[in-house]
Amino acid sequence: MSASLQVDAAGRLRHFLDVEGLSRQQLIEIMDTAESFAGVGDRSVKKVPLLRGKTVVNLFFEASTRTRTTFELAAKRLSADVLNLNVSTSATTKGESLLDTLRNLEAMQADMFVVRHGESGAAHFVARHAAPHVGVINAGDGCHAHPTQAMLDMFTIRRVKGEFTPLTVAIVGDILHSRVARSQIHALNTLGVREVRVIAPQTLLPPHVEQLGVQVHHDIVEGVRDADVIITLRLQRERMDGRLLPSKHEYFQLYGLTESNLSTARPDAIVMHPGPINRGVELDSGTADGPRSVILQQVTHGIAIRMAVISMVMAGHAVEATA
Amino acid sequence: MSAPLDAGALLDRLADELARWLAQSGCSDPLMVGIHTGGAWVAEQLHARLGFREPLGRLDIAFYRDDFTRVGMHPQVRPSQLPFDVEGRHLVLVDDVLYTGRTIRAALNELFDYGRPASVALAVLIDRGGRELPIAADVAGTVLELPPERHVKLSGPEPLTLAYVERGAGREGGP
Repeated sequence: MSASLQVDAAGRLRHFLDVEGLSRQQLIEIMDTAESFAGVGDRSVKKVPLLRGKTVVNLFFEASTRTRTTFELAAKRLSADVLNLNVSTSATTKGESLLDTLRNLEAMQADMFVVRHGESGAAHFVARHAAPHVGVINAGDGCHAHPTQAMLDMFTIRRVKGEFTPLTVAIVGDILHSRVARSQIHALNTLGVREVRVIAPQTLLPPHVEQLGVQVHHDIVEGVRDADVIITLRLQRERMDGRLLPSKHEYFQLYGLTESNLSTARPDAIVMHPGPINRGVELDSGTADGPRSVILQQVTHGIAIRMAVISMVMAGHAVEATA
Repeated sequence: MSAPLDAGALLDRLADELARWLAQSGCSDPLMVGIHTGGAWVAEQLHARLGFREPLGRLDIAFYRDDFTRVGMHPQVRPSQLPFDVEGRHLVLVDDVLYTGRTIRAALNELFDYGRPASVALAVLIDRGGRELPIAADVAGTVLELPPERHVKLSGPEPLTLAYVERGAGREGGP
């Protein structure tokens, strides 16, 4: 197995930056590890001592509530110490460079950076420039990747559906700007689902999207036909300004998930959303709160997946340090 | 050479000893917890033979090991399953081989994160000496004195068999 920025020569995770480049076996190992952490939240003490004495820094250059809080809870349930840095409001506004910020945090003996940034490739940049003992996890970079979101979605699908190979999965919404969709498509194809579909207006699809291994649909009723899993993506407010979409009302009419739009999906189809949801834009309340929805399970699973990835990356560095 | 080990005979003896110990201790309605993997196999047998009423609990102590910073993540960690509330209950913790005591230390820490048991007793198939911590078995199928490079390996679950294996003298192999 060849070494890369995120995987060492022995196949261990050194960083977790992207689903792309990881093998099916590695994705399964992440989900299996998450499975073993899933029960921790139900115990009287919601904590294991695995990472006692380690310091995890949440380095968020872009606003986030769910991702940051679930990363924080995941690290705390592993007994690590957590530092939350909202960088857009601190050092960089005083003119400190990203590398100077990193060096300062390393001087405070940080062991891991969880990086969220508006620019694609930011987490890779941090991983390349961080000290050798520091692990880096990508918590979303620009329009590029959001690998822990994709893995918590895979984990949710596996827990509800069991096997990946018989599944048809439809992803609805702004594929063009979605780092979540990109990571999901890589993960779903690596895990061998029967078919991945994207459903969106042409203006919200990247050019040559078929090359990612997806079937393209513009009509939602046709797109969700016989689908087992329907994932709807968050429509960012800035996309609703009329350049790419006529109006959010019209978007909802054409691409919003409602019981009638979902009538062609399989009867046991599940509905997913990475959150936060815009009710009446991506889906209606009946669907969001209905029996098909696994949206809140996704949130709970996010903690287990992040515990798995944090501990696996930390373990990769622990072994390296003793080798 | 040490004498060959008969897992079935040791299990019979352990079951008898444990039944006697439980009768003497007066622990009412105890719960049983086996430590993955070998300890859970032994516990399954004891649980059935002694007629425990509530389901068997299983612990994977991987997240409580004291050597994470040296050996990293253990592959294939199974979720711990304690299908009961440990609060105020008498527990019998079961493992296959008691050696350094580090596994038991980790298991006790994990158990207490589920609640506060009234008591915890330790039953092991083989106590092979070599303790590094102040931990002792309440009941053992047999007690052996083995040199550090000699180890006992339990295979199973059906049938349970025991074999000696020679490994480096390093006691740093973990719990």
